[in-house]
Amino acid sequence: MSDATGDTVLEVRDLKTYFFLRRGIVKAVDGVSFSLRRGEVLGLVGESGCGKSLTALSVMRLLPKGAARTVDGQVLLDGEDILTRTPNEMREIRGRKISMILQDPQTSLNPVFTVGDQLREAISRRTRGRKSEAMREAVEALRRVDISAPEQRIGQFPHQMSGGMKQRVVGAIAISGHPEVLIADEPTTALDVTIQLQYLKLLQRLQQETGMAILFITHDFGVVARMCDRVAVMYAGRIVECGPVAQVFDSPSHPYTQALIASVPKMTGSTERLYTIEGQPPSLMDLPVGCRFAPRCPHAERRCVEAYPASFTVGAEHTADCWRLAAR
Amino acid sequence: MSIRESASPEPIAAPRPWWLVAAVPGVLTFARGPARRGVPWIPIFIITVMVTMALFAPLLAPYSPIDQTLRDKLIPPFWVEGGSMQYILGTDAFGRDILSRLIYGARVSLIVATLALVAGGGVGLMIGIVAGYFGGVIDNALMRLVDAAFTFPAILFALLLAVTMGQGLGTLVLAISLLLWASFARVLRGEVLALKQRDFVALAKVRGCSSLRIMLTHIFPNVLNTFMVLVTLNIGVVIIAEASLSFLGAGIPPPTPTWGLMVSDGRGRIAEAWWVSLIPGIAITLLVLSVNLFGDWLRDRLDPRLRQL
Amino acid sequence: MSGGELNGRQQGEPLLRVERLRKYYPFTRGILFAKTLGHVKAVDDVSFTLQAGETLGLVGESGCGKTTTSKLILNLEEPTEGRILLEGQPIHGLSGDALRRYRAQVQAVFQDPWSSLNPRMTIGRTIAESLIVTGWGDRATIGDRVSQLLEQVGLRRDQSTQYPHEFSGGQRQRIALAAALASEPHLIVLDEPVSALDVSIRAQMMNLLKDIQAQTHVAYLLVAHDLATVRHMADYTAVMYLGKIVEYGPTQALFDNVAHPYTKALFSAVLPPHPDRREEEIVLAGEVPSPLNPPSGCRFHTRCPFVMERCPREEPPLIEIRPGHLAACHLHTEAAPASTPSRMH
Repeated sequence: MSDATGDTVLEVRDLKTYFFLRRGIVKAVDGVSFSLRRGEVLGLVGESGCGKSLTALSVMRLLPKGAARTVDGQVLLDGEDILTRTPNEMREIRGRKISMILQDPQTSLNPVFTVGDQLREAISRRTRGRKSEAMREAVEALRRVDISAPEQRIGQFPHQMSGGMKQRVVGAIAISGHPEVLIADEPTTALDVTIQLQYLKLLQRLQQETGMAILFITHDFGVVARMCDRVAVMYAGRIVECGPVAQVFDSPSHPYTQALIASVPKMTGSTERLYTIEGQPPSLMDLPVGCRFAPRCPHAERRCVEAYPASFTVGAEHTADCWRLAAR
Repeated sequence: MSIRESASPEPIAAPRPWWLVAAVPGVLTFARGPARRGVPWIPIFIITVMVTMALFAPLLAPYSPIDQTLRDKLIPPFWVEGGSMQYILGTDAFGRDILSRLIYGARVSLIVATLALVAGGGVGLMIGIVAGYFGGVIDNALMRLVDAAFTFPAILFALLLAVTMGQGLGTLVLAISLLLWASFARVLRGEVLALKQRDFVALAKVRGCSSLRIMLTHIFPNVLNTFMVLVTLNIGVVIIAEASLSFLGAGIPPPTPTWGLMVSDGRGRIAEAWWVSLIPGIAITLLVLSVNLFGDWLRDRLDPRLRQL
Repeated sequence: MSGGELNGRQQGEPLLRVERLRKYYPFTRGILFAKTLGHVKAVDDVSFTLQAGETLGLVGESGCGKTTTSKLILNLEEPTEGRILLEGQPIHGLSGDALRRYRAQVQAVFQDPWSSLNPRMTIGRTIAESLIVTGWGDRATIGDRVSQLLEQVGLRRDQSTQYPHEFSGGQRQRIALAAALASEPHLIVLDEPVSALDVSIRAQMMNLLKDIQAQTHVAYLLVAHDLATVRHMADYTAVMYLGKIVEYGPTQALFDNVAHPYTKALFSAVLPPHPDRREEEIVLAGEVPSPLNPPSGCRFHTRCPFVMERCPREEPPLIEIRPGHLAACHLHTEAAPASTPSRMH
């Protein structure tokens, strides 16, 4: 978790989002901090239930009403804390300064409106131009995301498009407001592998053209290796390791990161038994005092159970929260 | 309930176990522990009061519901000028005690509602499952039948039945069942269509289950929740249907008291003897309202969990 | 991996033989007088074999026909043409006892752990289902078998009275596997058995599947889109595109010498395990064509980076380019002799 060197566009400090249920409090996001620089792609990796999607929703302030609440922390977008903004102000910020694309293109698009209508709606909210003007911009937006024959596509409905194309439309809508930060929550998980490659290349191109920063949420290390400059690994509501991608891959320092990388089947090497992590992630209602990975960690010691590990630097801007690194 | 003539009305000196009406529902509704938020206690209470009345009618009713005491006719309820504690809710044109008739009438309503829901709901359930599971031609044929049932004027049909088959419990239950089955079939078919897409149905086939076994052991238990909600939501419909048919003279023949019949009895004297129609009318309204509120709550509780599964 | 050698196992009839399988779904318009506008050629002339105790990986993207193929093998659908033979016996058109015997021998595990178990049944009852249906034994015997199966997949005996919602995704897949193993099948169709699971749980499940295969000598038809998973589990791999097999061979040989351009693109799309290892990326142009109207000649020609003049005209046959390794591509038909493939008989 480095401090702002260079131009930090998004900084999250000690973010906490809890679910208040009758049975107890679910600490889904429990003290997450990271910073995103202009033009960089930061990957947020973790398995289901680690809190990565909720972190994104907390940053966008799109938490489901009633159940979840952000109880602590700051989210500094261009230096200003957006957690204190009013709903009206957030409406202006969303789409313009910070935007989001989700995993399932089926539910991101409204099935009863044409693609053109949905694009125009997003565009005209910002430009307030005339209809023909917005129409032209919409066609341009589709062209920009590599959709062929955009003039025809404008009049099509989502169900007439393939998954990959829908996801590109979603992308076009998301960047129509020229946001500084784009949060992508598993955008390629539902896509075929060859389509995923097309999409990632598109995202990369758009990112280089516009200079926007991307927070890329995924569970797939391959995607991280392909897309991200830096990566943060999440486990049970906290970030356990963070650093430049090459460093984290070369020397994963947190046992969870190591175990995760080891358990993924590879295209080379032995096809004998895969490494597995014993046990289950802890219940987010009943978190242990010490390191949350300790019950499953092959290297756990007594101090791991007694107190939550501090953050240790293991390389240039590369940190991991593990007591075993204290000696270094 | 047999037709019985008695010499004179019994005095209310004999103790009536009124405590039953409060105690039984009270125990049932509150014994489950501290009151939880959102649970519709008042509707539940009203429903259990009425069920208790129906179950223990002979113990609770101060008089026979059919005994006529002509010299005591059209006495108003006790709180009105001219009334007395002898007949708490007054009497009708034949000198029959309104309260007793109300209590026994609850019994009829309950019996009719249960039978009609079992018959109509049961048929609708079976047709819905068969249509939804098999699809294709069978589904098309059955759904056209359902469409026909919806367009048919149910009340007219019920009257027709009453005329041809004669009035009575059986005719009434049949008529009301015919009203119900179609909506059950349609809703449950929808549920089954969605259920069919779940992998465990295909896996059951792979494991060698016959269609019948799949419908019984896999489909049926998973639509039961929806079925229960439909039942609760339709109780009101049944009660009103019974009341309407009795009112029109196509229900259970007099002198057996039903709430609908009681409303009909007081029709001609709304001005001077309003209690004869109004009191059973209020009873109908209270019960249907309670059942609907309870049904809504039950649906909200059961359905979201269905989705989660 | 059991019996993964390329040569020397061809003894007699293979466990599963698929011959010129086709499945066309009619595409109609209109309600009363439905007119057939065309056919979705989901599976279009697919042939392969599978030996006992082996794993065949069926790889491809959505719309390639791998799921339809698995449904045909499971007898959940009837083929339009062609036939499927299990231990020499055709599997379609069976009824009564013969069908029951077939069902006992071929089982399945599907992708979605949340949809594979009846939420209203205890897992013990679900696991016992295939035994109950065939009247395999009395209650006590079946109960014992269920306990044994639970332990085999790494769960506890006492959990048989619990309901699905009390288990995690990974555990549910284990339960589904236990249910599939109950009737001691010779073949289990695994349709994306791990793709819905978390990364760390996938490894557990894959290890378990391999252990079970070693113990019971069951054959697997593994339908997957993830090449690394297939590499870990399959002895043989078949790559499908728009209803046809475009490449086939022993997994390691195929992976070492990718022949078909589509397979190359598929491999290229597998993201590198390390940021510094950037391979040559083949990005396919355009969208997957509709299976209603597949392209003429070679179906891949509209997106193929190596397309030649011949490709839209002639459909390339699936021929052997190396012993045991087949591909359907004109790049290879010029070079290789048009001999009949040795393994596919």
